[in-house]
Amino acid sequence: MAPAQELEVQQKREIEKKDEETIPARAFLPNTDISETEEALTVVMEMPGVDSDHVDITVEDDALLVSGRIDFSKYEKLQPIYTEYNIGHYRRSFSLTPGSFDEHKISAEVKDGVLRLTLPKAERMKPRRIPLK
Amino acid sequence: MALGFADPFDALFRFQRALDQQRDSDWLEDMTGGTGAFPPINIFQRGSDDYLAIIEMPGVSKEDLNLQVRGNSIRISGRKIVDYGGKASIHRRERVAGDFDRTISLPVELDPNRIEAEYRNGMLSLTLPRAESDKPKSIKVT
Repeated sequence: MAPAQELEVQQKREIEKKDEETIPARAFLPNTDISETEEALTVVMEMPGVDSDHVDITVEDDALLVSGRIDFSKYEKLQPIYTEYNIGHYRRSFSLTPGSFDEHKISAEVKDGVLRLTLPKAERMKPRRIPLK
Repeated sequence: MALGFADPFDALFRFQRALDQQRDSDWLEDMTGGTGAFPPINIFQRGSDDYLAIIEMPGVSKEDLNLQVRGNSIRISGRKIVDYGGKASIHRRERVAGDFDRTISLPVELDPNRIEAEYRNGMLSLTLPRAESDKPKSIKVT
């Protein structure tokens, strides 16, 4: 394993709105890692402050949509005096190749503000090794 | 023209603006701590006597997190691990991982015996009560 590096703060990226929204609050893009094994695609999204009850995952044939909501009630009586980051809900979507995943087998887990989605590949999408003669 | 009655949706937007306004405010100016270090910290005041620090560190396990308080300094250290196993091929990599060790000094005296820490969903909340000796006392003039 590579030696542990010093962590840097990543500034949250705000979602640029293409449509008018009824709710004016700013939303953010969760930092996402996507990796693949022969069996499945793994999508990991950072959404600090979001628990499993407040994550919404929608899988359509050609898109994965994830939204995470944070609980603002705990901020109600608080007055900010020094801040380094902003807070808000999270939203992000990714395009999927139609037919590549078995929608019924998708699993999701949320731990420490991180959502981990496993999308098992449909049989026909599993890589086939080409034999070399 | 606008009546300006409280709109719950609007409240969130206004709060986000308030957070922006206090971005790197000079409340910590004279102290040694600097900005830019991980993890990022927001400090709030609750009432007139308590401070609340809320710190984001998604993906850090409670077991990998250490907290120390001394005087008016808070030290937060630990490790954030990101691991996808040996055989995965990476399509996209945006998360960062590594060790962290950050000390932040507050310009107020804290009561160390009443400090509370709660870690949930990747967010650490520290309740920092002000020391009695730090609170202003009114003096009666005779």
